[in-house]
Amino acid sequence: MNNTGSVTILQKYQRKRLNQRSQTLLVLAFGSIFLLAITVIGTLVGDIAITTNFTQKNFLPQIAHPFGTDWLGRDMLARTLKGMSISIYIGLFASVISAVIAAILGAAAATLGKKVDAVITWFIDLVMGIPHLLLLILISYAIGRGTFGVVVAVAISHWPVLTRIIRGEILQLKEANYIKIAGKLGQSKMKIVVKHMIPHVFPQFLVGLVLLFPHAILHEAALTFLGFGLPPEQPGIGIILSESMKYLSLGMWWLALFPGMVLMTTVLLFDLVGGSLRKMIDPHSAQE
Amino acid sequence: MSCMNHKHILQIKNLSVSFTQYEKGLRKIDLKVIRNLNVSVGEGELVAVVGASGSGKSLLAHAILGILPRNCDAEGNIWFEDELLSPKRIEELRGGKIVLVPQSVTYLDPLEKVGRQVRKEQDEESVRTKQEELFDFYKLPQNTADLYPFELSGGMARRVLLTTAMMESPRLIIADEPTPGLHLEAAKKAMSHFREFADKGNGVLLITHDIELALEVADRIAVFYAGTTVEEAPVADFQSVDTLRHPYTKALWRALPQNGFHPFPGKQPYAKDMPNGCPFGPRCPQLTPECEGNIQEQLIRFGRVRCIHAK
Amino acid sequence: MDIGPYSGILKYIGKSIIKIISLLIAVSILSFILVSASPVDPVRAYIGEVGMANMSAENLARLEAYFGINTPPIERYWNWFTDFIQGDMGSSLLYRQPVSSVIQVKFMNSMVLMMTAWLFSGLLGFILGIVAGLYRGRWIDKAIKGYSLLIASMPTFWLALVLVMIFSVWLQILPIGLSVPIGVNAAEVSIFDSIKHLILPALTLSVIGIANITLHTREKMIDIMGEDYILFAKARGKSRFSIIRNHALRNIMLPAITLQFASISEIFGGSVLVEQVFSYPGLGKAAVSAGLGGDAPLLLGIAVISAALVFGGNLIANLLYGIIDPRIRRGSAYE
Repeated sequence: MNNTGSVTILQKYQRKRLNQRSQTLLVLAFGSIFLLAITVIGTLVGDIAITTNFTQKNFLPQIAHPFGTDWLGRDMLARTLKGMSISIYIGLFASVISAVIAAILGAAAATLGKKVDAVITWFIDLVMGIPHLLLLILISYAIGRGTFGVVVAVAISHWPVLTRIIRGEILQLKEANYIKIAGKLGQSKMKIVVKHMIPHVFPQFLVGLVLLFPHAILHEAALTFLGFGLPPEQPGIGIILSESMKYLSLGMWWLALFPGMVLMTTVLLFDLVGGSLRKMIDPHSAQE
Repeated sequence: MSCMNHKHILQIKNLSVSFTQYEKGLRKIDLKVIRNLNVSVGEGELVAVVGASGSGKSLLAHAILGILPRNCDAEGNIWFEDELLSPKRIEELRGGKIVLVPQSVTYLDPLEKVGRQVRKEQDEESVRTKQEELFDFYKLPQNTADLYPFELSGGMARRVLLTTAMMESPRLIIADEPTPGLHLEAAKKAMSHFREFADKGNGVLLITHDIELALEVADRIAVFYAGTTVEEAPVADFQSVDTLRHPYTKALWRALPQNGFHPFPGKQPYAKDMPNGCPFGPRCPQLTPECEGNIQEQLIRFGRVRCIHAK
Repeated sequence: MDIGPYSGILKYIGKSIIKIISLLIAVSILSFILVSASPVDPVRAYIGEVGMANMSAENLARLEAYFGINTPPIERYWNWFTDFIQGDMGSSLLYRQPVSSVIQVKFMNSMVLMMTAWLFSGLLGFILGIVAGLYRGRWIDKAIKGYSLLIASMPTFWLALVLVMIFSVWLQILPIGLSVPIGVNAAEVSIFDSIKHLILPALTLSVIGIANITLHTREKMIDIMGEDYILFAKARGKSRFSIIRNHALRNIMLPAITLQFASISEIFGGSVLVEQVFSYPGLGKAAVSAGLGGDAPLLLGIAVISAALVFGGNLIANLLYGIIDPRIRRGSAYE
C-alpha cells in the first residue's frame, strides 16, 4: 500500500496564460498612453476643429475624414479629439478639487471627534440624497451656465464617495495595532500621521482620484449635452452629441456614433487605469 | 500502534498544498503551505494533529475534503479504508462516510434555521426523527431547531455542529479546532463525544493547537511544524522527554506547564522563507550541516520522525 | 416601555423618519440657497426681454414684490417653507401653473419610466451578476463582466441616440420622441401609443442600469461563495444546485435589495438624460427646462421631491433588511 510511486493530483489551479502582474501593467501602460495621446493630439489640433469648409459638407466617414464631416464641413475627428481633450482637462481639474475636498473632509471626520464626524457624515448623506445630475443642474444654475459653471459644478460635487473611503481607511488605521503601539511608545501624533498614516492612505487617495475621472468626464459631457455646460461655440463632446440630435433623422449617424465611442473609450480607459492602480497597491483584490 | 494487523481508516502520504499569491506591486510567489505531510488514522483511533495557530493546519482538513480555495494546487495520496481516493471519489464520500466538524458557528448559514440545516433541507419523517434523536442525545432542547445560528450559545453551537456530522453515520470525523476558547476541562468534556465515536471502531482526526487537550484525549499525536508533520508518536511517548524523537516535539514538551514551562526562542518560518532541508533547523540545538539536505521520514519505536539525529 | 417584539423596528422607523425629515429640510435649504444665488433674474425670466421693456414701473415693482426680490433670503425661505408644508410649492414660471400640479403630472410619467427600468434592470442585473459570480473566470463571466464594464462607461444620452438611430431612423419601428404623437390630443392617445413611446426610453435606462447591479451582485456572489458556510455545505456533500438554492441565493438577496433601492438616485439621473433625448414629459425633462428657463420654483420643487424619492428608497431598503434578516428581526427579542 505504501508504494508511493505516483502522486494523485487533488487540485490543479487553472492559471491564466498571462499572469496578473503583466496583465495589469499592460492595461496601465496602454491606457495611459492612449489617454495621453488623445489629450495631446486634441490640444494640438487647434483650428482644424473649428475650420468650416462648405465644399466638404456632410461627408460620410472616409479616408480623409475618418469620422466624416458635419453640416458646416468641419472635420469630425478633429472636433471630437478637441472636445475630448477639453473634457479631459475639465475632468482632471474637477477630480483634483473633489479629491482634495474629500481628503480634508475624510481626515477631519476620522480624526476630529464624534461631533465633526456626525456632521460630515450627515452632510454626505445630504449631498448624496439629491440625484447627482440634478445637483449639477442646481449648481450650474446658481453659478450661471457656461464653462466656469460646469467646471465648478463638477469639481464640488464629486467628493462624497471618496470622503467615505478616506474616512473609513483612517478609522481602520487608528484601530490598527501598530498605530496604537506607536502611540503607546510615545511617538508624537504628528510623527504617527506622517510616518504611518499618510504612506498608507495616500495610495488609496491616488486611486480614488483616478477613479473620479471617469465620473467627472461623464458628468461634464452630460451637463453640457443638456445645455448647461460649455457654450455652443466650443467643440465639447456634449455639444457635438447634442447638435447631432438634430441631424439624426436626416440619417447622419456618424455625427453621433464616433464622438460617443471616443467618449466611452476614454471613460472606460480611465476606469481600467484606476482599477489597475488599485490592484497594484492592494494586492488582495488581485488574489486570483 | 501502526502495526501491520491494524486496519487504517485514513492514510495520507506526501500531501502538499501550495498557493500562488501576489504581493505589493503584484510580485507573484508560490507558497508551499503544506509539504509532504504524512498522517494516518486507524480503526478505533483518535489522532490529533497539533500545531501552532495560524500555521495552516486547517488546510489539511480542507484538502482531505476537497474544499480548498481555488487558487491553490494540491497533490498527495489519500487512502480511505484502503481505497486510493481520486478528487471525484472524495466528492462522493464527503458529507457521508467522511464528515467535518468545523470550528465555529460561522460555518452555519446565518439565514437558515438550525434544524433545517442539520437536516440538509430534507423534510422526510425519518430524517426529522433522526435529527430529533440526535438533539436529545446531545442534550439540545428540541426548539433549538427553530433558532437561527446567531441565537445559539457557544456550547449549543458546538453540539449543533456535532449533530450535523452524526446525521450521516460516518466512519471518519475530521474535527477542525472544535473547542476554540474553551478551558481544558470544558474542552475535555466536549471531546468525550469524539472519544465515544472512536471507541465504536471509527476514526477521528482532531486538528488542534492545544497540545494539553490532545494529550488528554488522543491515542496518537502528529506534530505539525511549518507545513509538515515532523513526528507522529503514540500518546504514551509524551510521558517523558526521552521517549520523544524530534527536537521540536521535545521543545514543545518542555514548554508545557507541568514540565517546567520552558519557553524556546524563535518563530516558525513563513512558507515564503523556508530554510533548506529541515524546517526546524534554524531553531534546533542539534543543527549540523547535514540538516540542510533532504530529510527522510524514519520509523523509530512505533513512531515516525523527520530528523536525521533522532534516536 | 415595552411594545412587544417589534419595539426595535418601530424605534428604528421613527428614528429614520426623523432623520429623513431633517435631511429633506436641509436639501430644501441647500437647493434654495443655490437657486437664490443664481444670476438669473426671475422677473426677467418670467416676462422675457420684450416684456421688461414694455412693463410699467408700477407693474414691475408688483412683480418684484411677488418674487420677493427685496425680501431678505431667510424670510423668503421661511415663506416658501410654510407654503410648502401646506402643499403649495409656488407657481411655475414656464408652465404658468402651480408647481405642485406640474410635478404631479410629470412625476407619474417619470415613475412609469423609472419603475419599468428599475424592475427590468434590477432583475436582469441580479441574474447576470449571480451567473457571473458562480462561473467566475469562465467565458460567461468574462462576457458578462466585459459587457457591464463597457455599459458602465457608456454615456446614457449616447446610448439613447444610438437606439434612436437603430430603431427609429434605420428600422423605423419605434417613434423618435415625445410621449404623445404630435398633432394628437393627449386625451386620444391610446395605451398602445404610450407604450410604444415608452419602449426606447425604458430600454435605454434599463440597459444602463444593469451594469452597476450586475457588477455588485457578482462581487457579492464571489464573496458569499467563499464564506465558511458555503465551504461547510460543500464539505457536507451538498450538491452545487442545493448550495446555490438554499444558501447562496438566500444570502445574496439582502445586499441585492439594498443596492437596488440605493440605485434610485442613479436611475433618476439617467432618466433626466433619457427624457431629454426622447422628449419624454417627465420630471427630468421638466428639471432641465426649469434650469434652462430660469424657473426657480419648479427646480426647487423637483429637487425636494427627487430627494424624498431617494431617501424613501433607502428607508424601504433598510426596512426590508429588517424583515428579511433574522439577526435584525429576532435580534431584539434575545438581547
